[in-house]
Amino acid sequence: MFNWFKKNTHPEFWKEYLKTFKTKESKKIEETRFIVFDTETNGLDIVKDRILSIGAITVLNNTLDVADNFELYLKQNEFNAETVEIHGILKDGNLLKYTEIEALEKFINYVGNSILVAHHAAFDIEMVNAALKRMNLPKLKNKSIDTGILYKKLKGKKNKHFNLDVLCKEFNIPKHDRHTASGDAYITALLFLKIISKLKQERKVNYSDLFRTSNKEGLI
Amino acid sequence: MASMKNTIAERILDFLKNYPPFNLIPKETLLEVAKNVEINYFEKDQIIFSQNDTPHEHLYMVYEGVIRLYRFAEGKKHIVDICDEGDLFGLRPLIMKENYLMGASANEESIVYGIPINLFNDIILNIPKVSQFLIASFATNTRDPFSEKHKGKLFANIKAIKKVENTFIETQSAKYTKNPITCNPKTTIQEAAIRMTTNVINSIVIAVDKIPLGIITDKDIRTKIGTGIFKITDPVELIMVSPVITFPENITVAEAQIARLKHKVSHLCITKDGTNNSELVGILTEHDLNLIQGNNPLLLIKEIKCAKDAETLKYIRSKAAELTKGYIEQEIPIYFVTKVISEINTAITKAAIELSIKEIGKKPPVEYSWLAVGSQGRKEQLLMTDQDNALVFENVEDSEYDGVKAYFLKLATKVTEKLNIVGFEYCPANIMASNPKWCLSKREWKHQFKEWIKDPIPEKILLSIIFYDFELIYGNKELYNQVAKSVLKLIKKNQIFLSFLGKVTLDNPPPLGFFKQFLVEQDGENKDNFDIKSRAIRPLVDAARIFSLYHGLQINNTIARYKKMMEVEPQNKDLFESCSNAFKILLTFRTSQGLANNDSGKFVDINSLSKADRLKLKSCFNPIKNVQEAIKIRFKTTQIG
Repeated sequence: MFNWFKKNTHPEFWKEYLKTFKTKESKKIEETRFIVFDTETNGLDIVKDRILSIGAITVLNNTLDVADNFELYLKQNEFNAETVEIHGILKDGNLLKYTEIEALEKFINYVGNSILVAHHAAFDIEMVNAALKRMNLPKLKNKSIDTGILYKKLKGKKNKHFNLDVLCKEFNIPKHDRHTASGDAYITALLFLKIISKLKQERKVNYSDLFRTSNKEGLI
Repeated sequence: MASMKNTIAERILDFLKNYPPFNLIPKETLLEVAKNVEINYFEKDQIIFSQNDTPHEHLYMVYEGVIRLYRFAEGKKHIVDICDEGDLFGLRPLIMKENYLMGASANEESIVYGIPINLFNDIILNIPKVSQFLIASFATNTRDPFSEKHKGKLFANIKAIKKVENTFIETQSAKYTKNPITCNPKTTIQEAAIRMTTNVINSIVIAVDKIPLGIITDKDIRTKIGTGIFKITDPVELIMVSPVITFPENITVAEAQIARLKHKVSHLCITKDGTNNSELVGILTEHDLNLIQGNNPLLLIKEIKCAKDAETLKYIRSKAAELTKGYIEQEIPIYFVTKVISEINTAITKAAIELSIKEIGKKPPVEYSWLAVGSQGRKEQLLMTDQDNALVFENVEDSEYDGVKAYFLKLATKVTEKLNIVGFEYCPANIMASNPKWCLSKREWKHQFKEWIKDPIPEKILLSIIFYDFELIYGNKELYNQVAKSVLKLIKKNQIFLSFLGKVTLDNPPPLGFFKQFLVEQDGENKDNFDIKSRAIRPLVDAARIFSLYHGLQINNTIARYKKMMEVEPQNKDLFESCSNAFKILLTFRTSQGLANNDSGKFVDINSLSKADRLKLKSCFNPIKNVQEAIKIRFKTTQIG
């Protein structure tokens, strides 16, 4: 569990990252910095596949700060032509691209100790963790929220399991730039705010309610 | 070359560029703005800012949802405006550096873009088209004497502004103070202050040979003398602000506004050739500008009072039409526009009555009230339409009756003739005070209403419906009140009347699904047109009337009726509010159509509507449906034949 014998060999950015967790953060939803993110990958295999791009935006006090958004594309060694059509990210586009190591460093610096939010967060977080592992780094330490699970806390949605497209429709969110990391992060951010708002209409919502699962059955 | 991508900012840019004034901003500049936008999510009823709050660092634009702007005045909350997709709000205080004049809150779940004011300020200063747009938007809606309502949002597109610049604002070229008081540079501050005090002015120009060198204002006395930095025995040249901002004599209000905004000065010097090397001819103060902005309708009313004949009244009314046009183009709230225009119409009628009495050369024999009925009575008449009026005079002995009635008929005939010259055409149904049937004594009117109310057959209701919206225009208020009260009392005693009234008003079902099927009026020359008056406006007017009569309210204006009903029936607040909003939208539509086609605006050309307009229009039909359902239930309209 403790990688203490490796700790001193960790790069500077990782040490800085760990430091951010030492400060005590507010337990109020309004005062919490959430980072809603999405990764586009060339497949669903956490070991084999790679991150093509990462998109993220900060949410603080019900506000998305566009100036504080994160959008980054990764250089690919293994290029899978089949997925290009979905994501629109060509291997040699005109975009500025980073190596996986550079990209992860930037992302880690960006997120700090914020709460990570993603739709079906487990997958995105595992993709990031897999990349970290390749860099001999431990897993992300951030708390995380899955908008898919958050949605299930709404009345009558306990056993519902929906993809982003369906939820966009339900919450009246225009689906621009679907299947780009930034586009999906932005959409997920709006979804996140709208679900919380709807939850608040149903009952009092505390900070801790965002993390707990609605009940055990919901997880099966 | 490799580039950074900002997908989210690009998407924001895509939205912004559709709406003024952002459509006037070059793409690269706008992208910088988009990159720094804050996207705010507001829950229903969440407050964005409150009245008198210090200004935020962002101006706002509605991306999704609806924001209401409200203002507390005289202890009451007034909804000033409703902003939806693409509307900007909360800008004026940021530019004027004053606190919010009104509050803003989310009428429903809303997403609002916050645009940083510092970026926007640069744009205002560097892109003249944007500043012109803003000035034109601000110029028409500030410090109006008719309401405390202020508008922080901008609507009009640039085309409309250009038109307005030619007609509306330019007709009001800035009136400045001529031959301002001056002093020379060596005058002591004390002497200058004494001159300012004696002349009751808040500034004095420092000039040599009439060439303005500088200016001192009350503020300079406060910040430079009061603080002890300079002595009152020092010469004015030490504290004057120099050089002065100068303009030529023909400066327009719009230009003056821009100049004040740009140079952040309260006083502009007017010189012969507009430079500061030529002779000073006047000074334009903030106060002068405010007078011009606020006084336009008032000036018209003043002119009406002085008018000597019907032709002059006609000319003034045509200016009022220009005013309406300007208001509509800039999307000033319709409630305000109707208020201003009906004030003007009322003033014209009053003037016509006074002129007619003068012509007859004999004062009216008894007390009387001149009444407007129908849309004039409701004060919703924005365009020139037919005149609908009536007259009530005090009860007289039988022996005097014929003489008295003859006088009032003669008077009414003269008045209606004049109104016809002004442009209010004779009523085709002859519902005019010059018709012996509608020029009656108080007793006769009460009797007439009793007949209508006690025996409510549909034909009679259709004929009489217009008389339930009657408003005093001129004459004895008490007389009017007595008739109005007796009508409400009669209705209270004969509630079955409301069921009949309700049934008649339900004969106009809302055209739901109208745009889906693209069903328009089936035949005739108006085949592609939608009869907005009968199909959409009238049902809302009718619904407001019946609820108003049911509650015994002596209110005629449809918006005011709905507003009152929201108080009286808080459980139906949403319903009445939606009706009121729908009515405002429809009335605006009708008026702008009428102005565009120079007609009564009864028909809307479906093909000329933009997508947004169609959606807006369509959204008005649901409230009609809902309120008609409510009428059906409340007044048990199904129980009668």
